[in-house]
Amino acid sequence: MIDRDTVLHVARLARLELTDGEVERMVGELGGVLEHIETIAQLDLDGVPPTTHVVEVANALREDEPRASLSRQQALAGAPAVADEGFAVPSPQA
Amino acid sequence: MSGLIDLSASQAAAAIKRGEVDPGALFDLYRQRAATDSLNAYTWVAEQAPKAPPQPSLGGVPLAVKDLFCTEGVPSQSGSRILEGYRPPYTATVVERLAQAGAPLLGKTNQDEFAMGSSNENSAFGPVLNPWDRARVPGGSSGGSAAAVAAGLAPWAIGTDTGGSIRQPAALCGIVGLKPTYGAVSRYGMIAFASSLDQAGPLTRDVSDAALLLSHMVGERDPLDATSLDFPEPIAMPSRRTLAGIRLGVPSELTGEGIEPGVLGAFQATLELARQLGATVESCALPHAPHALAAYYVLAPAECSSNLARFDGVRYGYRAADPDDLLSMYERTRHDGFGVEVRRRVMLGTYVLSSGYYEAYYGRAQRVRTKIAADFAAAFERFDFVVMPTSPCVAFELGSKLADPYAMYLNDFLSVPASLAGIPALSIPNGLASPPGGGTPLPVGFQLAGPAFSESQMLDVAFALEQALGFDGRAVRS
Repeated sequence: MIDRDTVLHVARLARLELTDGEVERMVGELGGVLEHIETIAQLDLDGVPPTTHVVEVANALREDEPRASLSRQQALAGAPAVADEGFAVPSPQA
Repeated sequence: MSGLIDLSASQAAAAIKRGEVDPGALFDLYRQRAATDSLNAYTWVAEQAPKAPPQPSLGGVPLAVKDLFCTEGVPSQSGSRILEGYRPPYTATVVERLAQAGAPLLGKTNQDEFAMGSSNENSAFGPVLNPWDRARVPGGSSGGSAAAVAAGLAPWAIGTDTGGSIRQPAALCGIVGLKPTYGAVSRYGMIAFASSLDQAGPLTRDVSDAALLLSHMVGERDPLDATSLDFPEPIAMPSRRTLAGIRLGVPSELTGEGIEPGVLGAFQATLELARQLGATVESCALPHAPHALAAYYVLAPAECSSNLARFDGVRYGYRAADPDDLLSMYERTRHDGFGVEVRRRVMLGTYVLSSGYYEAYYGRAQRVRTKIAADFAAAFERFDFVVMPTSPCVAFELGSKLADPYAMYLNDFLSVPASLAGIPALSIPNGLASPPGGGTPLPVGFQLAGPAFSESQMLDVAFALEQALGFDGRAVRS
């Protein structure tokens, strides 16, 4: 059910590097957890609506009014790298 | 000065109001205790007492705050390396409200990374030790908050509960922990784990402290959190001495198999005590509760994988050095920045949400969630509260459940049903029990779950039980 290729595919989707050893371990651990989770496959859930919100609440909307947000300086204060008053990142095709 | 530490937070607040205790001296006393903490309960401690606002309701009794609440200019890492060095530019609404009410920030407490864990062993800051037995875990994920309160390193604390992360550590440390109704407390400024489940609540030495702290956490809805709700009425201070007229339901699914004999023994004794106090105690059914853990371990990781997508090394925190390109920067930052359990949950969540599996896992789990909420609603037609143990076990030894992820997840099977239903639940200490195989007796927790917004009534019932149980929650454990 969960094999090495599945783990590598999911890790790629999650943007998560895994070493070979971690891939092996993940195959076993995810498989083990999913085995327990699969008990919900046995339940008859025909016609049962999925939960969207646990407490009944109508649309929680606010007026669309401009308000103050973080300054550029505050927003950049915690960034690992900054260039030209923006977040600096490596090139997508180095 | 040691007498001050023995005061509950409510007693300290009252003593300040009467002019018998100086709030600055109280803050300094706790600040010194927190700064010399040997349980690894704190990740940051305030350097000095803040200037107190005039006549606040809580008097200036200092508050320990779980690391994942954003606090302006103060480290807030949610127990993760990936937020190394992060100092938020704003403060969480609930922390702000409590500071305004007179509970200033004493320190930030250790936790499982991004609140994922039941032992506080998944922290980038290392594990927290249980003050009752330092070879054992304090529970998690709010383990630092629970240990700090139990050890007298804080008068009171706040934590967050997604599947039991307030109630379970409260039980394992012998204190009171309350998870409010979903939406009752603003989540603005809480570093998110699973947004449909996360809820902030108090961890305190007794029920009165929990009521007092909660009364300042709820109120008007927060315009900054679209899921927050107006609390229908102010939280009442508990005073009940009997349980006459109170109907307690005991779900057979959550009071038998998989629970340590010592925990079950304490639970049965508390039921008997409730009967003596005048409550009616009868069995009830939560037929879908046995499937709650499976549904939870689909939904919480799914939401986690989505929420944690924001940690990419671009805007804050840790970034891997010398990446080849943008993609490798993301992938290596997330590998190095996240711990083992967080990686596991990101993988699990990404898998159950991935194309071809979504309906089989996530869709079904959301339907199971509907059934679990319906089970509780049916139970509340006959009963005021549903009761069960909080944790299936007393505090276990450090390292003993790390090899098997599912063995760790099983700690949550009594606490996740109320989480999925979005209803309030609280844990009070109801005695001590020896771990299997013997040893020093350790605290056990008794859990009540009630309908949405029943917090005041639940605290009142818990107060009556607390008085009759006579557990000394104010005693400092070290």
